Amino acid sequence: MPSTTASAKPPIAHGWTPDQPIISIRDVHKSFGEVEVLKGVTLDVRKGEVVCIIGPSGSGKSTLLRCINALVPIDKGSIKVEGQEVHDPALDKLALRKKVGMVFQSYNLFPHKTALENIMMAPLLVLKRPKNDVEAQALRLMKKVRLGGKENAYPGELSGGQQQRVAIARSLAMNPDVMLFDEVTAALDPETVKEVLVTIRELAEEGMTCILVTHEMGFAREVGDHIYFTDRGVIVEHGPPATFFSEASDPRTREFLSQIL
Amino acid sequence: MESLWDALRSLHDAQGINLVQFYNDFERSRLLRGMWTTVQLAVICIGFSVVIGIVGAWLQGSRHRLLRAVVQGYIQFFRNTPPLVQMYFFYFALGPQMPRIVNEYGIAQPMLGSFEWAVISLSFFAGAFNVEIFRSGIEAVQKSTVEAADSLCFNRLQTYRYVVLPLALRFCLPALNNNLVNLAKTTTQAYAIAVPETLYVASQIWSDHINVLEMMITLLTFYLVLVGVIVWLMTRLERALAVPGFGR
Amino acid sequence: MSAVLRGPVPAQGESGFTATAFNRRTLAFVIAAFVLVVAASEALAQIRTTGGSRGIVDALIKWTPLLLFGPPGEFGGFFLNIVVSFLAMAIGTVAGLTLGLGQISLHAPVRRVSWAVTQLFRNSPWLVLLFFVMLLMPYQVTVGGVTIPLPDWLKATFGLSLPIMANMAEIVRGAVNSIPTSQWECAESLAFTRMQTLWRIILPQCVKRMVPPWMNWYAILTMATPLISIVGVNDAMTLAQDALAAEQKTELLMPMYGMLLVFFFLYCYPIARWTIYLERKYAVKI
Repeated sequence: MPSTTASAKPPIAHGWTPDQPIISIRDVHKSFGEVEVLKGVTLDVRKGEVVCIIGPSGSGKSTLLRCINALVPIDKGSIKVEGQEVHDPALDKLALRKKVGMVFQSYNLFPHKTALENIMMAPLLVLKRPKNDVEAQALRLMKKVRLGGKENAYPGELSGGQQQRVAIARSLAMNPDVMLFDEVTAALDPETVKEVLVTIRELAEEGMTCILVTHEMGFAREVGDHIYFTDRGVIVEHGPPATFFSEASDPRTREFLSQIL
Repeated sequence: MESLWDALRSLHDAQGINLVQFYNDFERSRLLRGMWTTVQLAVICIGFSVVIGIVGAWLQGSRHRLLRAVVQGYIQFFRNTPPLVQMYFFYFALGPQMPRIVNEYGIAQPMLGSFEWAVISLSFFAGAFNVEIFRSGIEAVQKSTVEAADSLCFNRLQTYRYVVLPLALRFCLPALNNNLVNLAKTTTQAYAIAVPETLYVASQIWSDHINVLEMMITLLTFYLVLVGVIVWLMTRLERALAVPGFGR
Repeated sequence: MSAVLRGPVPAQGESGFTATAFNRRTLAFVIAAFVLVVAASEALAQIRTTGGSRGIVDALIKWTPLLLFGPPGEFGGFFLNIVVSFLAMAIGTVAGLTLGLGQISLHAPVRRVSWAVTQLFRNSPWLVLLFFVMLLMPYQVTVGGVTIPLPDWLKATFGLSLPIMANMAEIVRGAVNSIPTSQWECAESLAFTRMQTLWRIILPQCVKRMVPPWMNWYAILTMATPLISIVGVNDAMTLAQDALAAEQKTELLMPMYGMLLVFFFLYCYPIARWTIYLERKYAVKI
């Protein structure tokens, strides 16, 4: 579905072609006060690729995702989405965020709106699309995340896993080119983790470009095309899952994996 | 109705309980007009003060330090000075500075009368409290919810209008309720600048008929009913805005 | 209606929410605004009158002692506002404590009457209650052959203490109810009487909770004291109007009322800050 509506997007930045990385991060630094959270991170994501970022808590994974979506400004370096510099002061942040969808650990649904209204709000208000279209798409998305019939439920009436799937549908309604998932299963009960992962896997299989910050190693191994391991603000090691999990060379990676797996 | 008035009249003759404000047509209509003025005063001031609260709370989130300082100064000044002196300041000190207009009889009169000044002064007074109430409601809205709106490309106004304000309103209804009740009670002080509201009319009636106790009981009953109606409406609003699974 | 009138302790002041961090700039800003108002009215005065700008400052200085302390040898002015606020607070607090404990009495009629009295005085306008007392209270009382005169200012003080009493009762009731039931049960198991439990165990724990709202109500009361000018007491408000009537200068209106506002602000603002400070301090510890 994302590909069919790509033509409705704002024009692609000058000089970028789909064979180049859709997201290109170069030597990004970010401090919160005294604490340097990112100390020079570099990575590329190609179109259709599923990238998983793993690592101990506080290693800067979530901050990196927020930087990609321009929710947090960076101090140094460059982040390009489809060739467009994210932290260019002249950048239209809205244009960027239309390309990049984000799903949060704590779902962050709007509690005063029903599931369907949550999905419809941004396309109606931001993209100013006609209501009929938006509603039809929202109903499709509800089915897609296997929540048909829950359209009129308020977030408070849904389980964590259901809320998270509504949040995914809400992001998808903006027809993004890239989806960012920020530890989306971390706040869920073990039973509901699976239903959310199923939804994400389906998205990945459809060719959506995804960046996942996750603690689910099994899932990362299964759906990931490329795994990055971060620790204390740097990327320690990366590689395709087949080699990454079995042949990690850095002692920090091995220690982390031995604790998790 | 007439028989009731007759009964009250005989009550006066027999027991000395003088309910002239009910059985006398002139006094009754005068009292009802006063009550109507109080209701108008309360409703208009509630409207304006809520608008001031919403706008002020929005301005407090502004990036301009000067703007924030002005709003903060306004709040602190109006919260920490007597509402009566504020009203006098508006009516007696600012009033004469206003341009005068010529009415249809060719006589120059102040542009704003005592009712209008009462509205202005009471709205600013209650508005200062409302700004703080709305701001605390806004602070109660989770930052992550605002972040979600950000990531969905809402601009600042859209985020405020569709996400922050509806949620903040739900958080601050109890405090708002208290303040609006207080505002309705404070309308009595318009008496001091001769707005013909309930207390003013009542004092005229008890001066004319020396039935202070009867008028006092009438007055207290009226205000208890007024407060009760406001609380009832606010409770209905609270119920209407209740969202399943949100709050308690 | 009965259910809704029993709402929480009113948050007319700070009690409901934490305020912004202490802000000396606010104080500076308000004083600056006042200076601006005076300067503006002086400018107006220069245009309108031949007296020049000295006139306003001189007049303000001339009247300040009267506004602060009343006419020589008499009792009045801003000082009277403060005295009335202290007295009304003291009366209101004692009466409110009684009424609040009446609301949690085991004796149902006492409980009901206390509740009704509280609601009546909480939900009536201050000015109406003030008139009520001024007009219906005698100007003197005779107790055991001794005649005690009741001057207007004292009657006004009683009038202002009524709403304080009712709101204090709500504070007491709320604070007592906020103490966990286990405290009562624990005291009972140690064979304390109800009175002992209340005075030795429950109320001491309530004090911290009650201080910030109590101070908040004191500030509200102080700001309500100019109402007594309406019923003819010689407070700062009345004297300011007398002074204005004596001077007959329109350019003096804004500075004079402005000065009065500043008096009250300088007195009430520190109380408000202190209340917020205590509220935060106690909020952490409880």
